[in-house]
Amino acid sequence: MKFTLKIWRQKNVTEKGEMVSYDVSDISPDSSFFEMLDTLNQQLIMTGGDPVSFDHDCREGICGTCSLYINGRPHGPVKGVTTCQLHMRSFTSGSTIQIEPWRAKAFPVISDLIVDRSAFDSIIQAGGYVSVNTGGVPDANTIPVPKERSDAAFDAASCIGCGACVAACSNAAAMLFIGAKVSHLSQLPQGKVEATKRVLKMVARMDELGFGNCSNTYACEAECPKGISVANIARMNRGFIGAKLFSEKEKIIKESL
Amino acid sequence: MALAGLFLVTFLSVHLGINLMLLKNDGGRAFTEAATFMGTNPVIKVFEIVLFGGFLLHIIFGLMVSVQNKAARPAPYACSNSSDTSLFSKYMFHTGIILFIFLVLHFFDFYFIKVGLVAPPQGIAIHDFYQRSLLLFSTPWYSLLYIVSFIVLGIHLNHAIQSAFQTLGWNHSKYMDAVKVTGSTFSVAIAVGFSLVPIYILLFLK
Repeated sequence: MKFTLKIWRQKNVTEKGEMVSYDVSDISPDSSFFEMLDTLNQQLIMTGGDPVSFDHDCREGICGTCSLYINGRPHGPVKGVTTCQLHMRSFTSGSTIQIEPWRAKAFPVISDLIVDRSAFDSIIQAGGYVSVNTGGVPDANTIPVPKERSDAAFDAASCIGCGACVAACSNAAAMLFIGAKVSHLSQLPQGKVEATKRVLKMVARMDELGFGNCSNTYACEAECPKGISVANIARMNRGFIGAKLFSEKEKIIKESL
Repeated sequence: MALAGLFLVTFLSVHLGINLMLLKNDGGRAFTEAATFMGTNPVIKVFEIVLFGGFLLHIIFGLMVSVQNKAARPAPYACSNSSDTSLFSKYMFHTGIILFIFLVLHFFDFYFIKVGLVAPPQGIAIHDFYQRSLLLFSTPWYSLLYIVSFIVLGIHLNHAIQSAFQTLGWNHSKYMDAVKVTGSTFSVAIAVGFSLVPIYILLFLK
């Protein structure tokens, strides 16, 4: 197969970038999207050019490192997969493929297709954890968790934090990511204790970092490689409104923010 | 914005109810009576202020949120987004602007006359909304403009109602489908209901 690639090239954070055209040929339909980009980079290195930088790590769809906006969709045209699990057979030979980095104020482009997603780490640091005291390991099953609860929490926990939700959102909002983290932790007895504090702190940090607001277009759910449901956003909203309106602890939390 | 929006939805229902009285073939008696009640009842007078507050909040929050959302993505994509979303959910701001323009026009045609800011057209009393409606809707282009505005409102509401439920956290796997269907049915009812009046006047009363 052969393709014309239009790739965003940008030297560093400060410099202006542009779309640059490249041609690749002899691509196997069974090669992954990254193997195709590896071929291009090999070609560029051999001809003395500057290889295209892009993020990747596990290449098996579980780490959440890869991040390409392909033909107007995060992680490309196939539903429920990350870019590394995308294969060239999903494209027609001879077609033009546009490849861009995630675009959001909170995700600045560092180099070509790589963006800095430490904004997500910052949100997790704000409240996406369970405080655990040191000591002996508790016995398994000492805290009973209803099956439906653990299933719902696990569904939310499958978020890999890739940022496709932010990339797809017309407002660059991070609500699906935070909704998933809040739903994951706050539905379990261990995480429930800090639920009020967590949702307030994570949402406050999200606003600080310059993510947009949710206008419920649900593009995030459509593009999430892990199929995280927008019901998690509603659960976060519920928790947030509850915390704002009814929590007696809110004053204390405000002071600790 | 969601709460203010839901409040405006209740207002729309009342407004539609009164408008539909125009369809009653009694020379506008029922409609005029309802309009007079809405114009003079003290409870309604108080609610008028609440209603303006609702509009104001909805518009101000809408603008604020839109500005923030625009700022959240300073550099646009070269290839526009093609994710699966409902057709009009991304255009709430645009439909909102169209509705605001309609609202201003609507104020000049009715409300400002009622409160005495604008002089009524010749031969029509200040409080005679019936004759005023007949006159306005007898003009085909005005009727068309009115109908188009309500189609836009229908589009706005179709996304808005389920969206407000989601924003307020009222999402449940058992009820969400019902909320979506009810919201869409309501938005169609509003668009069709309000459009019936100009259509009726154009066809039968002109």
